[in-house]
Amino acid sequence: MAVLGSGGHTAEMLALLKTLDRSLYSPREYVIATTDHTSAQRIEAFEASDNANKSNHRLLLLPRSREVGQSYGSSVLTTLYAMMHAVVLVLRSRPSLLLCNGPGTCVPIAAAAIALRWLGIKYVTVVYVESICRVESLSLSGKLLLPFTDHFLVQWPNLVSKYPKARFIGRLC
Amino acid sequence: MRMSPKRTSASPKRASASPKRGQRTSHNSGSGPRIVFATVGTTQFDELTTTLLSDEVLSTLAAQGYTRLVMQLGRGTEPSLPSSPPPPLQIDCHAGAGSILEGMRLRAIMVVVVNDALMHNHQQELAGELHERRHLLSTVPSQLAVTLRDLGQKPPAFEPWPPADETAFPRFLATELGL
Repeated sequence: MAVLGSGGHTAEMLALLKTLDRSLYSPREYVIATTDHTSAQRIEAFEASDNANKSNHRLLLLPRSREVGQSYGSSVLTTLYAMMHAVVLVLRSRPSLLLCNGPGTCVPIAAAAIALRWLGIKYVTVVYVESICRVESLSLSGKLLLPFTDHFLVQWPNLVSKYPKARFIGRLC
Repeated sequence: MRMSPKRTSASPKRASASPKRGQRTSHNSGSGPRIVFATVGTTQFDELTTTLLSDEVLSTLAAQGYTRLVMQLGRGTEPSLPSSPPPPLQIDCHAGAGSILEGMRLRAIMVVVVNDALMHNHQQELAGELHERRHLLSTVPSQLAVTLRDLGQKPPAFEPWPPADETAFPRFLATELGL
């Protein structure tokens, strides 16, 4: 299962997914925000590029926890709503591997995946890849999820000295 | 609000003013139009387009022999630089990681204009780091003309941007998951 954000996050996630052998990582599920039609199109184009394995994927929609410009009060409610959706979605899917790279959507999904592990329902391996934009500090999603991920990769080596749990294995995209 | 990407073309006003050729890197040679490709995102849109189209910036470009300014306004879903031939100079006022990395992959000479009005602008972190590593020049709107003039007069030695390691992530995952 991979979580897509919008714009830059999706582009970086697609660059990562392109490096993987799709026959090893199958079936694939992509979590996208309900309003994110662009990412949906890009995923379909990505999947269509590999004829042998393209039938093994599906898109899962998650309501956004906060739209740009939304008030604080109503965003508390929509965050709870998104969180509930995320729990149901992860509970139904029970993925073996969760890939995320920092869009807001990935926080409730990763939290649900970690809850599944704590409850002994399913051990979901959570791999977080921080964006190449983050040179000196982690993103908010990264900071929140760092203690709970199985593997946390960064793309600039100096981040490792600041966050010892993070690993640098090279520039990935 | 989303804007679909638009392209407009403008000739620098003094395009005919004595172009100084031969002082820049190899892919600028040739007799075709010398293109500046500029991308402008949706934030601070007016200020950046005004800066780009100011007499100061246009005459600096014209004096360096550039004959055409192509502007991509708004945001697209993909960085859409003209990929062949590579644009000789790219001015990036968009500063999204995508367009910066794409420009460097295409070996364009990159000038990134970061929005100094935004606090904690993490795109600025990336542009700043790449500037320090000599992969590109990072500047602010008010300094763009000066940066371009310096670039023309004394081009710095840019470091080529190494390609990403595409084997690292699949190797790492396969090892950790025992595949």
